[in-house]
Amino acid sequence: MYETNFHKAATAQEAAALLNASEDGKILAGGQTLIPTMKQRLADPTDVIDLSGAADLRGINISGDQVTIGAMVTHAEVAGHAALAALCPSISQLAANIGDPSVRHRGTIGGSLANNDPAADYPAAVLALNARIRTSLREIAADDYFEGMFTTALEDHEIITAISFTAPTQGGYGKFPNPASRYAMAGVFVAKSADGTVRVAVTGASEDGVHRHGGLEAALSADWSASAVDGVEISSDGLLSDLHGNAEYRANLIKVMTKRALG
Amino acid sequence: MSEGIGARVLRKEDKRFITGKGRYTDDIIEPNQAYAAFVRSPHAHARIVSVDASAALAMEGVEIVLTGPELVADGIGNIICGWGVTSKDGSPMNMGAWSALATEKVRYVGDAVAIVVADSKAQAKLAAEVVVVTYEELPVVVGSVDALAPSAPKIHDNAPGNLIFDWEIGDLSPTDAALASAAHVTEMEITNNRLAPNPLEPRSAIATFNEAEDHYTLYTTSQNPHVARLVLSAFYNVAPEHKLRVIAPDVGGGFGAKIYIYPEEIACLWASMKSGRSVKWTSDRTEAFLTDAHGRDHVSTAKIGFDSDGKIVGLKVNTKANLGAYMSLFSSAVPTYLYATLLSGQYDIANIYCDVQAVYTNTVPVDAYRGAGRPEACYVIERIMETAAREMGMDPAELRAKNFVRSFPHQTPVIMAYDSGDFDANLKQAQEAADVAGFGARKAEAARRGKLRGMGYSNYIEACGIAPSAAVGSLGAGVGLWESAEVRVNPVGTIEILTGSHSHGQGHETTFAQIVAERFDLPTENIQIVHGDTDKVQFGMGTYGSRSGAVGMSAIVKAMDKVEAKVKKIAAHVLEAGEDDIVIEGGAVKVAGTDKQMLWHEVGLAAYTAHNIPEGMEPGLKESAFYDPTNFTFPAGCYICEVEVDPETGVTDVVQFVASDDFGTIINPMIVEGQVHGGIAQGIGQAMLENVVYDAAGQQLSASYMDYAMPRADDLPNYSVHHASTTCPGNPLGMKGCGEAGAIGSPPAVINAITDAIGNNNLSMPATPAAVWAALQDVSQKLAAE
Ligand SMILES: Cc1cc2nc3c(=O)[nH]c(=O)nc-3n(C[C@H](O)[C@H](O)[C@H](O)COP(=O)(O)OP(=O)(O)OC[C@H]3O[C@@H](n4cnc5c(N)ncnc54)[C@H](O)[C@@H]3O)c2cc1C
Repeated sequence: MYETNFHKAATAQEAAALLNASEDGKILAGGQTLIPTMKQRLADPTDVIDLSGAADLRGINISGDQVTIGAMVTHAEVAGHAALAALCPSISQLAANIGDPSVRHRGTIGGSLANNDPAADYPAAVLALNARIRTSLREIAADDYFEGMFTTALEDHEIITAISFTAPTQGGYGKFPNPASRYAMAGVFVAKSADGTVRVAVTGASEDGVHRHGGLEAALSADWSASAVDGVEISSDGLLSDLHGNAEYRANLIKVMTKRALG
Repeated sequence: MSEGIGARVLRKEDKRFITGKGRYTDDIIEPNQAYAAFVRSPHAHARIVSVDASAALAMEGVEIVLTGPELVADGIGNIICGWGVTSKDGSPMNMGAWSALATEKVRYVGDAVAIVVADSKAQAKLAAEVVVVTYEELPVVVGSVDALAPSAPKIHDNAPGNLIFDWEIGDLSPTDAALASAAHVTEMEITNNRLAPNPLEPRSAIATFNEAEDHYTLYTTSQNPHVARLVLSAFYNVAPEHKLRVIAPDVGGGFGAKIYIYPEEIACLWASMKSGRSVKWTSDRTEAFLTDAHGRDHVSTAKIGFDSDGKIVGLKVNTKANLGAYMSLFSSAVPTYLYATLLSGQYDIANIYCDVQAVYTNTVPVDAYRGAGRPEACYVIERIMETAAREMGMDPAELRAKNFVRSFPHQTPVIMAYDSGDFDANLKQAQEAADVAGFGARKAEAARRGKLRGMGYSNYIEACGIAPSAAVGSLGAGVGLWESAEVRVNPVGTIEILTGSHSHGQGHETTFAQIVAERFDLPTENIQIVHGDTDKVQFGMGTYGSRSGAVGMSAIVKAMDKVEAKVKKIAAHVLEAGEDDIVIEGGAVKVAGTDKQMLWHEVGLAAYTAHNIPEGMEPGLKESAFYDPTNFTFPAGCYICEVEVDPETGVTDVVQFVASDDFGTIINPMIVEGQVHGGIAQGIGQAMLENVVYDAAGQQLSASYMDYAMPRADDLPNYSVHHASTTCPGNPLGMKGCGEAGAIGSPPAVINAITDAIGNNNLSMPATPAAVWAALQDVSQKLAAE
């Protein structure tokens, strides 16, 4: 790890100010991505601004079918939240299957979304749930937020503060873990809202990161069932090929994981 | 005695390990300690044009930066290969020079170019980044078959065509004739994937040159500290043997990777002399992937012939072995004498021929990894037996049993003389435990759940101990493969056992104490095992090849024989009885049939006070012994694996794994089961998960746990481990060895099971979900075409 200056912020606002003032600063949330990257000397921030003391970024709020999750809420907190599990079990189940216990007790939803790893799980949920990403500057719709592998609509000094969404009436997540990293090789989140709109988001499989799948959305809008998925052609164009599986395999996984997401 | 042979004594060493109190090399802090970082090649093959360390040397805290030419100028020798292998045509192997720090060329990504020593680790790493090395890149080759192509880039000047040796064993023409006359011939291409050893503790070294004493101390993660000292002094010329102390303290796993003396230890010792500082280096995980010797990487074609009755008439194998960029310490022995000599498997085969081309490539050196050659042999023979059974429409167990060796000793056509075994007993025990009879019903039930169930056998035999020194010497080994021990009975009767075997997870502190407890009828808490320090232990060849039991403990037994004889002499003298009437039991030394006795510690005291010992006897009670084995030992067994494949994803679940092993005498069943569990975990890892992958430029694509899949608890079944043993006639305890069997026997059982489940035999390791799914698509395409 290269030398850096460590700061601990008490609020999101203070963190934003510290970030603004730094030459090439980085926010530290759970550190599950940032710290290993720094240890491998792949990142060399001048300043590290720790959010762990920012109480305003914590907590899960539920009001009716409206859910708000603070940026610093850990995966374990999401997985273990009883009211959330009752309202939106799919996201609880997704969080429960991220990494291992130590990762889940450190890693945060804000960190995951800021990082936008193409194989991360939360991006699929956020996109399928049509969530809104609240930041220190504004609110961004999920459809406008994800811009491809490791890139998002966040400005340089913008901090995610919370994620909010309306609980779907039906939803589920099917994840095929990479045998080595256990990140998603293909993860499919399906969600149906009260007005009948169906959104399907795919993570892990594509060269462009998380994306919605029009074919699957159309099929499931017409018929919310696994058999509806059988008839959908999943193109392997633009899907990842690597040492864990080629694009054809990933196309197959998208189909199978969609069915499994439907339960 | 409850703590003697056969008792499940809890591991004495675990208290310190599970409470975090182990003392590993990186835990050791010397006064005035500095840290080393290595400048490593980012290229797989390049000429070094220049090295400029001026910016690094100007940095704060930097003590010294040293490069290859300085190392050569100081007379530090090239890294050796300890086993000479002769080619078919009688020529010696073509070994290229390996300097601890590269001089003219770099030959793999990670090849060390310079060592930087600084006050802190951070300063050393920072300085290493600003050492400017100018390279002229050269074409790269990573696969053994490609490296043998006429157009391949040349890696070492003295290895034309990148061929290190072209070795053979067995008789070619009778084998060809047997195959020509066979009623059925099965032919296969078989690859054995490349593995990174991944011990939990990465390699580490801390070297101290004490100028005032003219003495060196090296703490290092070694499986064989005496061999390290010998090689560092006699061959690398870093420090004279009598002025070098090598200590391997607690070592967190080795699996072979910590047998060898690597560039880093050499450079740390040398840099300590140059800088006057203690120099510490600890590998990080990425460095471990880039520099720890890898395992396996064979590409073979095999042909086996049967008569009309299913009896094997001949076996012919060609293997291309990828040895990487340099020849590591035992690299030449692994794909030859530790591999092809086991190709007869458990079978009576009259004609075997194998030739092996060992090849240089621009990859990490390849050497022994848990099993070392025997897993490769087992994989060839057990895959081809299962395949042949399918082709001939025979039950795979029946075909194997038809060919079992049943009389011992059995001389195979490939050097080995099997001394004992009962392969039928292992097969039967495994079949019963696996409920083979019920497999059909389980398969049908799985099918109702949409799963494909398959079963596979592996009837392995391997060779441990390695081996009579004169025999290995005649085959090219540069060392003897005996072991030494010293038994010190203290004046108060407690006992220290000094052993040349090194424990890095095997539990020697427990099992070795058990054999002493058994012999002298004492509690194990009175017995201390000392190992891993060249200043304490007289000598030792170290731990590998599952040799600590069969060879290391045999040396202890020999030394105990001498102690026992002396104890009896002293007691007979003091108690005025005949030596033959003396018995040792219950903490006392007694005259049989009388109430005359001395307590055990009284004998110790008598020996050390020497007030009343037989005339002419030397005082003291301390004996040492060297034990040279009379043969390899031959652990064998039958493994049966059952899997369920999810046809939608290719995910394979190992639902049952049964092992029936013949390890000879078992000292501590709990530790033996642990060794089997760990071995099978590594075997399942090789079969289904682990794979070192290089791109065409020689970059490792799998150099972190993001891409290198280690087996985890949820990848593994609950093992069903059994023993059906025969006594090894070759050593006093009748032991065969258990450390590697699991890793040797399991991969073919897993692949045989998966290929059975999916109905496609064309599947290589690792059988990842993607690979299994692709093999299933081939099956459905074939069906569609029909
Ligand atoms: C072993 C392991 C296994 C894992 N497995 C999975 C898995 O299966 N699935 C999965 O989805 N993830 C997985 N992860 C990732 C993990 O769950 C975290 O989600 C991820 O590391 C990012 O969250 P974090 O809180 O640790 O962020 P950090 O590492 O602290 O930060 C990540 C990046 O986001 C930025 N950042 C953090 N918070 C904010 C914010 N509020 N506003 C703006 N920028 C911010 C940081 O500056 C940094 O660039 C795994 C991680 C590890 C180490």
